[in-house]
Amino acid sequence: MRCDFGDSLLSGYFDCELSAASAAKFERHLQHCAECAGELVELDILSGRLQLEQLYEAAPPSLRKKIRAKLRPVTPTTAMPRQLLWHWLAAATALLVLLIAGWRLSSALHSDDYRAELAAEIVDAHVHSLQQGHLIGINSNDGQALKGWFRGKVTFAPPARDFANDGFALQGGRVDVLEDRSVAVLVYTHCRHSINVFIWPTRERDTSPHAGSLQGYQWIDWREGKIEFCAASEAPAADLQQLQRLFAE
Amino acid sequence: MNDLDAEDRLRFEQLVLPHVDAAFNLARWLLRRREDAEEVAQEALLRACRFFRGFHGGDVRAWLLQIVRNTCYSRLEKDRPRELMVEFDEELHLQPVATPESIAIANNDRERLTRALEALPSRFREVIVLRELEGCSYKEIAAIMSIPIGTVMSSLSRARRQLCLALADSSCKEAVREV
Repeated sequence: MRCDFGDSLLSGYFDCELSAASAAKFERHLQHCAECAGELVELDILSGRLQLEQLYEAAPPSLRKKIRAKLRPVTPTTAMPRQLLWHWLAAATALLVLLIAGWRLSSALHSDDYRAELAAEIVDAHVHSLQQGHLIGINSNDGQALKGWFRGKVTFAPPARDFANDGFALQGGRVDVLEDRSVAVLVYTHCRHSINVFIWPTRERDTSPHAGSLQGYQWIDWREGKIEFCAASEAPAADLQQLQRLFAE
Repeated sequence: MNDLDAEDRLRFEQLVLPHVDAAFNLARWLLRRREDAEEVAQEALLRACRFFRGFHGGDVRAWLLQIVRNTCYSRLEKDRPRELMVEFDEELHLQPVATPESIAIANNDRERLTRALEALPSRFREVIVLRELEGCSYKEIAAIMSIPIGTVMSSLSRARRQLCLALADSSCKEAVREV
């Protein structure tokens, strides 16, 4: 046996979707109907179970990556003049040789494990920041305002500078956690790409920039004046290098 | 596929891409196959990108989920002959996706809930996913499924009752098994 009156309104009442008048009417009914009262509890238990077991399945990271890749404008190879293609190929080969040489050289100089782990964390943090609401803690392009905001949140003063004139507009900052410590993050935009610059104090000596890419994202890391910087973005590596030079100036 | 200019593409990335999880989750529950969900969600997002010029503000999640839903149903429709054949071939040695028995023998609550949800008729499954997992309002669900708000309420009510029954039934069987 089911209560006919309650049947049509119970779900709406439970979801707070009834008009005030209907809700009041249903509440009056609820005082006398043990059946509806019991069913309301059951709905609550069901809802709780569904939430508790986290049946919500988030998209795998590969999906976001694939969609972003498809959104990028692609120049069709066939339309490319032959001569230009050769130039590209030559440039790509040269770049590859450089990359290999750079990689061999740098692997001798740097601890690869540290870099690989750091890069993975940085790229993860970058991807996470692109999700809604995670990118910016404070919206400002004013270095002083940002420094003030970071005071008390991190143990050092991150060098917040706007490079809008050079095409890297400072959007703001936030605090993130990297390798179990709080780091300052400055967020720039450049040609519709977001660039996260993660900044934290270090005891190591200065190093020249060290760059790499992971899962389609580029990163560049350097140390200067007891501060370590690592920028990550889907922007081309050359853009990150330009930003690095601006920081170093 | 790049019909959008740079400005529209940026708007698309900012407005639509935050809802990739919602798109995937709905596809996963509608198709009942995680493997297909990624492909179909991707197809739906690319369709959304094509239709983006036609989106004139409003609830972007509801707009996207409507496209995801349509893409899922076209896929199910297209796969139907294959699914029937597969089921026919494998009938002898494979259990269907979910039955009261399989719900009962699932060894934890999550699995039990998953199977019970997968066993619901698709329209009921859809309202539960949109309301309970995605947290959509009745108005949004009505827009996504193109049905009146009254139908959202009655479908939810019936869907929840079926789900409660399936779960109660399974816990009875579980209790019997334990005895």
